[in-house]
Amino acid sequence: MSVCLTLVCLFCAALLGGVYVLTLDKINQEAVKKTNNAIALVTPEFDNEPSSESQTVSLDGEDITVYPAKKGGETVGYAVESFTSKGFSGTINIMVGFDMDGNIVGTSVISHAETPGLGAKMTEPAFYSQFEGKNPASFRLSVTKDGGDVDAITASTITSRAFCDAVDRAYRAFQKIVNDNSK
Amino acid sequence: MSKLSIITNGIIKSNPTFILVLGMCPTLGTTTSAINGLGMGLATTFVLILSNVFISLFAKMIPDKVRIPSYIVIIASFVTVLQLLMQAYVPDLYASLGLFIPLIVVNCIILGRAEAFANKNTPGDSALDGIGIGLGFTIALTVIGLVRELLGSLSLFGFKLAEGDGILAFVLAPGAFLVLGYLMVIFRKLTSKKA
Repeated sequence: MSVCLTLVCLFCAALLGGVYVLTLDKINQEAVKKTNNAIALVTPEFDNEPSSESQTVSLDGEDITVYPAKKGGETVGYAVESFTSKGFSGTINIMVGFDMDGNIVGTSVISHAETPGLGAKMTEPAFYSQFEGKNPASFRLSVTKDGGDVDAITASTITSRAFCDAVDRAYRAFQKIVNDNSK
Repeated sequence: MSKLSIITNGIIKSNPTFILVLGMCPTLGTTTSAINGLGMGLATTFVLILSNVFISLFAKMIPDKVRIPSYIVIIASFVTVLQLLMQAYVPDLYASLGLFIPLIVVNCIILGRAEAFANKNTPGDSALDGIGIGLGFTIALTVIGLVRELLGSLSLFGFKLAEGDGILAFVLAPGAFLVLGYLMVIFRKLTSKKA
């Protein structure tokens, strides 16, 4: 009886091992491609491979990954892989890109679990385009209801606040990395 | 039972969603759009066919007492294989189905077919049963997804038909129950006349 169960498990383990080895490369490639696409959406034009030059910034006890975008060897901007846990359901991961003056070039939601039709509207240009070209030094990153400059999504104030929180975290990480790298 | 009737049995007479009412968790959870429903249905079909074939191959060698653990190990392995393959080749679909792919392991349709069909029949018939039940599940999920997507976001297979939001409730959980209930009534009405 136990011999039989062992054999079944052995067979299954061999099968899993085989498929894992076969798909490992492809899965990693897809993950890198996805990251690169998100970076390209939010940074000024670059000619390096940001995902292979990533740096880690420690902020509020959390590690945040920052990807430098370079053109002709000179840094033209940074893409910050930011997150927030203040969303309506689960963590929201957002890629936020800055140019060297600290202006937001673009934002791209990597993953979220907000309510479809309500909070999920943060992935539509009607909401996220209001951040483009703004500099958080003068643009207050909170919803108008809280005295900020961001127009919240109708009926989704929590998601809008969370989005601001993630962008703000990205901006602080950006300031830190610029500071660190100029030393 | 003829070969063809094994397949049609899974689609009509013992349709897993509308007649047996099995596997309700993925049915309600993944059918927010037609594409998601179709993807989930095909993923389940893949696991169902392979697990049916292998369980019917091994059924005579596996002692009765360790039957269930063996089946679960076999099913879980194929689900993990599917998960790796989807991650590698259809990452977008994988991302939108998310948690529901690993949950195929505990989908009672698959263990149910292993117990009710695969361990008593030949591998060939078991494969046909897997195809039939799988197709029945896929069709049901796609139709539910289609209706929910149409009413909830005014689109079909991702193509926007009209501007606006639609009736949001249909994309959310309550809509899943409503659509499933009405479709079940319609399906049973139609199939009972034939019989």
